[in-house]
Formats: sequence, C-alpha cells, structure tokens
Amino acid sequence: MNLAIRGLVQRFTDQRSGAQTTVLDGLGLVTRDIQALVLVGPSGGGKSTLLRILAGLDVPIAGTVAFDGEPLPRDEAGLRGYRRTVGTVFQAYNLFPHLTAMQNLLLPLVQVHGLTEAAARDRVQEPLERFGLASHAHKRPAELSGGQKQRVAILRALVVQPRRLFLDEPTSALDPEMTGEVLDMIGELKAAGTQFVLVTHEMGFARRVADEIAFIADGGCPALEPPAEFFGGCREPQVVSFLERTRRA
Amino acid sequence: MPRWLAHLIVIALVAAAAGWAFASLDMTWNWGVVWEYRAAFWKGWWTTVGLALAALLVSLVIGLVTALMLRSRFTLLEAAARVYVELIRGTPLLVQLLVGWYVIAAAVRVGTDYRGVVGVLVLALFSGAYMAEIIRGGLDAIPRAQIDSARAIGLTPWQTLRFVVLPQAVRIALPAVAGQLVSLIKDSSLLSVISIGEFTFAARNVNSATYSTLESYLPLAAGYLALTLPLSALSRWLERRFRYEAA
Repeated sequence: MNLAIRGLVQRFTDQRSGAQTTVLDGLGLVTRDIQALVLVGPSGGGKSTLLRILAGLDVPIAGTVAFDGEPLPRDEAGLRGYRRTVGTVFQAYNLFPHLTAMQNLLLPLVQVHGLTEAAARDRVQEPLERFGLASHAHKRPAELSGGQKQRVAILRALVVQPRRLFLDEPTSALDPEMTGEVLDMIGELKAAGTQFVLVTHEMGFARRVADEIAFIADGGCPALEPPAEFFGGCREPQVVSFLERTRRA
Repeated sequence: MPRWLAHLIVIALVAAAAGWAFASLDMTWNWGVVWEYRAAFWKGWWTTVGLALAALLVSLVIGLVTALMLRSRFTLLEAAARVYVELIRGTPLLVQLLVGWYVIAAAVRVGTDYRGVVGVLVLALFSGAYMAEIIRGGLDAIPRAQIDSARAIGLTPWQTLRFVVLPQAVRIALPAVAGQLVSLIKDSSLLSVISIGEFTFAARNVNSATYSTLESYLPLAAGYLALTLPLSALSRWLERRFRYEAA
C-alpha cells in the first residue's frame, strides 16, 4: 500500500465548555509499497483519531489522505462507498449482540454487498473453519469469549474481501491469553498477504508484524521507520522514554 | 419462604380483608339479575380487547415516529415532538377524549358511526406520548460503538436503524411496552364517556338497568384483571429474558 497523508488537522470541541482540543496538527506521512503499517505511541497521541480518518469514519478538518494515489472522499455518501471497500475492527463491541456470529458475518455480505444468503454462507464457511470458529457460528456474542468475539469481528471485516484492514487496538480490551489468539490471527493474515494498518500497544507484536512503524505522539509529522531501526536504533528522546514505559508495563 | 407461598399468603390476607368488608355491609346480593346480562359483559369485554389492541398498534407507530423526532437534529421536528409529548402527558385523558370527540371530530364532521375510530385514535395519541419516551429510552441505550460498527461495514443510516438499532431498542423497550399496554387497557375504560360500547360502558348500562351497582362493577374489575395480570407477568418475563441475553 502506498499511503500519502499531507497536512492532516483534526480538532474536537467539548460540547459543554466549547474548548477545542487539537489532536492532529498538520500530520504528514508517506509510505511506499508496504503491507503492514503499525501506529504506536502514547494514549491520547492521536493514533485512533488518525485510524478513524483512514477508515473513512471521520472527516478531517484539513489535509488530504490518499491510498495508492486515490484521495479519500469527503462527503458521507462517498465515504460510505469507500468504507465498503475496506474493513475496520475496533477495540470492543464490534459485533451486534442481537445477532449470532454467523448472522454478524452475513449481514454486510447480504445487505451491503448484495450476495444471496446461500452464497454468503458459502463464502464464510471456509474462513470460519480455518480460524477455528465454525463450532461457535450459532452463538450470540454474549456466549463467546472476548478473543472469539474479536476474531469473529476480524472475520466479518475480512469476508467482504476488502482492499485493506484497519485494526484499532484490537487486543487492548482482552486478557493476555486471548490477546495471543487474536494476534496469531493477525499474524496469519500478514503471512497471507493482507494489507493492514494496526494501532497497538503490543510492542513485541508490532516489531514482528510491521513493515514500518509510525510513532504518533503530538499530532505532528511522525518518524516512520522499519521495526529494527525503531526498536534498535531510535534516538529520539520522546520515543526512547515511550519504549521504556511500555517495557516496564 | 418461596415466592409463590408469599404471594399466596398476601392474596389470602387481601381476600380475607375484602370478605370481611363486604360481609359487614350486610347487603343482599343480586347476582341472578346481573347474570342475565352476561352477553352484554362479554361483548363489552371483547370490544375493550379490540380497542386496546388497535390503539396499541397505532400508538407504537406514533411512539416510534415521535421518538425519532425527539432525537432529530432538526430543532423544529424535535420541538414539535416535545410539545406533543408534554401536552398529552400533562392533561387528563378524559379531557382529550371530550375535546377529540365533541370538538375536533365534530369540526371535521365525523359521523357517529366512527365513534370507535375516533376513540382508538385519541387513545393511541395518548398512549403514543408515553410510548415515545419508552422507545427513546431504548434508542438511547444503544452504545455509540454499535453505530460505528454499522457504519464501518458500510450500512446506510436507514439500514443501521433497521438491522442494528431498532432490533436492539425493541428488546430493551419491550417490557416497558407490555407495561404500557396494561395502562392502555385500563385507560380504555374512559372511552365510555363518548358512548363507545366497551366493557365499562356495558357495566354502566347493566347497573342502570338492574340497580345492582356492586354486582355490575365487580365483574368489571375481574374482567380487567383477567387481561392485565397475564400482561404484567409477560412484562416481567421479558425483562428477565432480555437481561440474561444482554449479560
């Protein structure tokens, strides 16, 4: 994926006080021909805000984003069309609790992508088996473990055959053991060639899976480095202290 | 103590107190005369069931539309819904019925054949104001993250409402809706003031024909309980069931 971000600005206005917070302040970033981009950095640094813009869920106040030379639309109808070509997974509450895992998978295929129910079932069967979820397909989210829920959510994003995935801290609401099963799944996707942008606090995993790591801290232009350099040779004091904190945690 | 036993004891105590009160009246019961009017009771009871069901359906539609208006970004829609809800909830149904029939229905020249239709509409407008707040509560209970997920998979706003928000909101609101139906059934007794031949109207007629007041009105209480008790039980069952599901 060739991602080109220029001059990205995002501000939020507090409903009550009217105070404005600038989260992204002219952020710029260019990647060339990579498969997996991982965004790391301190909480509140703007990682999730950036990911929501990349996923077409929010519109920035200023600036442009282009994937493979195609700029993201700015109107809601255009963005909806864009969102149908990508997949997004959030921290938690991805699945619709009134639907079974299977129905969650079928909903976008049937209602958004126009497959017949039979064709949609055909399409999800193989991935369900590959990721060990076939025996849970009839269950509602309340009957699934946290890790199973996130894996079904990733699968739902995947079965529409998106151009790329956006994963916003997909394991930060999980226990360590469940974190492992979700990270394994993302690792398999990497091996299978899926393109993705991942926000994570799992530094060890970031190092394994990333082609490039972007350190997002103050909304400005982040350093963009391959993992070996980021974790090995990084000299920026801000990054060094961040890495030290995550190591202690 | 098991709950059923506690219920039984309380019911027995209430029955004993009521029995003592009635016994001390020292009156001669006249059930025989009233029994002759059983067909009128029966017909009135079924009319009440029909009126309440019709009013429930219409009030669900009114409540849903009003709830969406209450959440609307367009201030004029929101204001209209708010004024309607407060106006209806703040005035007696009796006045609404009298104004609805003797003023509004008369102004648009509705024939007396359509008494029942006007009655159902007024009752539905009355109940719809409460329904709106119930449904709004259900809609407000859907977390923001669900809307994000729906947008992320590419659903349109209408599809989001239909496949994600409404099915969940209905589950949340259902126990309260069943409770509102209980109120609706009892409130329908006021339709007798515009001479609709429902259950209460039947009891009133029997009373004026037989001068046996208690014998006419006690079956009325029993007839309403026969409708409302199962509904209360249904409401509590729904509440338990969906609480479990959401956990």
